[in-house]
Amino acid sequence: MKDEITREERVTNLKGLGSSRKRVEDARFTQGKGHYVDDINLPGMLTGDFVRSPYAHARVKSINIDAAMALDGVVAVLTAKDLEPLSLHWMPTLAGDKQMVLADGKVLFQGQEVAFVVAKDRYIAADAVELVEVEYEELEVIVDPFKSLQSDVVLREDLDPTAPGAHGPRKHHNHIFTWEVGDEDGTNAVIDDADVVATEEMYYHRTHPCPLEPCGSVASMDKVNGKLTLYGTFQAPHVVRTVASLLSGIEEHNIRVVSPDIGGGFGNKVGVYPGYVCSIVASIVTGVPVKWVEDRMENLMSTAFARDYWMKGKISANKEGKITGLHCHVTADHGAFDACADPTKFPAGFMSICTGSYDIPIAYLGVDGVYTNKAPGGVSYRCSFRVTEAVYFIERMIEVLAIELNMDAAELRRINFIKKEQFPYDSALGWEYDSGDYHTAWDKALKAVNYDGLRKEQAERVAAFKRGETRTIMGIGLSFFTEIVGAGPVKNCDILGMGMFDSCEIRIHPTGSAIARLGTISQGQGHATTFAQILASEIGIPADSITIEEGDTDTAPYGLGTYGSRSTPVAGAATAMAGRKIRAKAQMIAAYLLEVHDDDVEFDVDRFVVKGAPERFKTMGEIAYAAYNQAIPGLEPGLEAVSYYDPPNMTYPFGAYVCVMDIDVDTGVPTIKRFYALDDCGTRINPMVIEGQIHGGLTEALAVALGQEIAYDEMGNCKTATLMDFFLPTAWEVPNFETDFTVTPSPHHPIGAKGVGESPHVGGVPCFSNAVQDAFRPFGNRHTNMPHDHWRIWKTANDLGLHN
Amino acid sequence: MTNQIVKMTVNGEKKEILAEPRELLIYVLREKLGLTGPHVGCETSHCGACTVEIDGKSVKSCTMFAVQAEGAEITTIEGLGNPDKLHVLQENFKEHHGLQCGYCTPGMITRAHRLLQENPNPTEEEVRFGIAGNICRCTGYQNIVKSILSAAAELNAAKEAAQ
Repeated sequence: MKDEITREERVTNLKGLGSSRKRVEDARFTQGKGHYVDDINLPGMLTGDFVRSPYAHARVKSINIDAAMALDGVVAVLTAKDLEPLSLHWMPTLAGDKQMVLADGKVLFQGQEVAFVVAKDRYIAADAVELVEVEYEELEVIVDPFKSLQSDVVLREDLDPTAPGAHGPRKHHNHIFTWEVGDEDGTNAVIDDADVVATEEMYYHRTHPCPLEPCGSVASMDKVNGKLTLYGTFQAPHVVRTVASLLSGIEEHNIRVVSPDIGGGFGNKVGVYPGYVCSIVASIVTGVPVKWVEDRMENLMSTAFARDYWMKGKISANKEGKITGLHCHVTADHGAFDACADPTKFPAGFMSICTGSYDIPIAYLGVDGVYTNKAPGGVSYRCSFRVTEAVYFIERMIEVLAIELNMDAAELRRINFIKKEQFPYDSALGWEYDSGDYHTAWDKALKAVNYDGLRKEQAERVAAFKRGETRTIMGIGLSFFTEIVGAGPVKNCDILGMGMFDSCEIRIHPTGSAIARLGTISQGQGHATTFAQILASEIGIPADSITIEEGDTDTAPYGLGTYGSRSTPVAGAATAMAGRKIRAKAQMIAAYLLEVHDDDVEFDVDRFVVKGAPERFKTMGEIAYAAYNQAIPGLEPGLEAVSYYDPPNMTYPFGAYVCVMDIDVDTGVPTIKRFYALDDCGTRINPMVIEGQIHGGLTEALAVALGQEIAYDEMGNCKTATLMDFFLPTAWEVPNFETDFTVTPSPHHPIGAKGVGESPHVGGVPCFSNAVQDAFRPFGNRHTNMPHDHWRIWKTANDLGLHN
Repeated sequence: MTNQIVKMTVNGEKKEILAEPRELLIYVLREKLGLTGPHVGCETSHCGACTVEIDGKSVKSCTMFAVQAEGAEITTIEGLGNPDKLHVLQENFKEHHGLQCGYCTPGMITRAHRLLQENPNPTEEEVRFGIAGNICRCTGYQNIVKSILSAAAELNAAKEAAQ
């Protein structure tokens, strides 16, 4: 058979690794045919809505549902008393704590779920919510974690104050855990003995992932067949199935969990919320489907916040700037229930990546978790578990140390970077960094922005400002980050006991197309596009001929879901490994068809060829057909494979970012003049998708650094529960970003990919913040807390005397 | 509350629906007419996921009563193109990766469509200002702006060719 197209064309036709393949999801999304949970409308479906607490801390004296029940169209009103016989009035959190599903005797944060109204439509449900009479007795409110640890007020009366929590002993009735990593005595000794020590306290404020689509679920209990179907905004549908089974007692095979299209997650949709539980119970009680979808205010007030870390650092160095030690203590405000979404053994996530990209010989991290009267959560908002906090901490400490040393912060980073030849690198706090080439990336970034030129321009601006010729100052924000993503390995990482592997199952159809199902779920990342590309390169079937399906637990293999940039490192690896199993069998089929030994054929793009005789080959299409229509001795018919992948290590993407910012000192308005982002995510699967992820992550970083926060007043009122108060940047505030890359493949990942979705957020937040802080450095600024909104920037200028 | 009959033209088709006076247009579109393209993101007019076109204006349908749309001509994302012939904006959003999770996309494209009616040849700044009422959490807008500018150029070139 004569080959009509070139090998290069065959490669191009696959649209495999490295191709900026257009997304297959976009046809439905651009036509308004996405299918999100609120689009689900089942026959007879009822709507649920919550009565929520207006108080941050109060005893619930009584709940009267009579008036609500009397309203036409109201079917049920559930309270904790109704859930108690089912043991569902409390539920376990992902962090080993428990959380009230509906208020059991008291409320602990404003917006807490008190009763669940089920009615014929959303309007009647909302009316009924108003008719439920709840009598509260206000209690003293604690919103400050430091005061909480001193207070006699017991927030969690359900807990034995002397018994250890899920993560060891508790020091106080409002204390949750102490988590320590590293050598504290050794670190202190080094710091005490150092030439130069910089100390700083910083507050990484509370914020919220705020995906555009709020959280919701539709539960449908089919009493005839005993099957429960649960549709919802789940970043981890399989885990939700297991939890739903354990909580409800319904056998797991009788529960089907479906994550339809998800309108953004960013960590908000990892946890299990009272609304999900209540919709299930309501469907069991009423026998018809029940939908619960929160509104924006409920989303910002009650479902998983992020950050809220009070961080205290000490960093030491010799006179030349070589770092000798790092000490970090965090007071972590977890709100009313410890509902952090971290792997079980890591109550502060991977905060211990806080030594950053630097070769720091000794370090210590201590974290104290604390209860307050705020919403529960502590999820990783567009980052791997607490990595944004860690990277912000070290990238600020580096800047403060640079001030202490009177040294350029870019140079300080350079002389402390882990060197290329040190990888795999064992960090002082116990991580094994898989690969990196930080110096190359840093040099490329600084050259791209003409760093020396920028510093010169900045110095001229300072001089001009001091001469009174301008009211605008200039900041150069630097950040170099190392992420830690792709949890497992199973031996370290689990969620509620489920090991953090992931999975892929592939079926090749007789005509040479395929379907692959994964244990992950896209929330906009474009898995249907990119996982098909991984597979195309592995099995030689064009990506356009491969369907990727996720999110239906009845069909997809068990997986731990999508968060912490784990899809490509874990499920992407499973996809490649399952593809290799397909290829191994295809090789045997090809050898049989070509009448040669298995070892005499080799894979070439989209076919197996006889070694040394390239004109003799069988395409993957021919092989697929043969798998179903020929009896091949020693082989089962069909062509399928499944892989459950337990990663041997995590992956460590890194990057170098530079932000150039102008600040009007009289208005406090920052203007981003330039933002350069170099990312190294290892092997690049789809450059177009990578760039899109970077733009988005940087935009969320801009939001967090420059204004986005969840703030409370002293009474525990959430002051930022609408989009009027909670900053989401518009096209008007967001600049164009310049993207660049280096490629340092992961040595342990089957295709060398590391994951990228969260890197820009992790690296972006300190970069924007450092730009603000750097602008004020020549005027004596050392550190100011985020978010750097216009008021706070103006205040910094004012405090530094720039308005005099 | 007493239901009222509301007559309106939606995507070129005459519709008659029964709605409570307090019923928001977005829910009528989504739940009574089955047009689930426009989405609910905030119910306070901030996010723009519910944007539709009413009598030649972009309107956030989450803060308008259905009864206020009596006699109106309404276009939703479902009325802009169809699988056989996508609108130029839809094509360009696909081409330039102008979307990720897709939740803001129907509102964003519907807004962009009106923007290009009002200003067929916008600058980047005008596009950014013109879509500032529509929030996207995924893309950082860069590729959305690119998609709209590219669609504008394509529409203008087609117009010129036709003249």
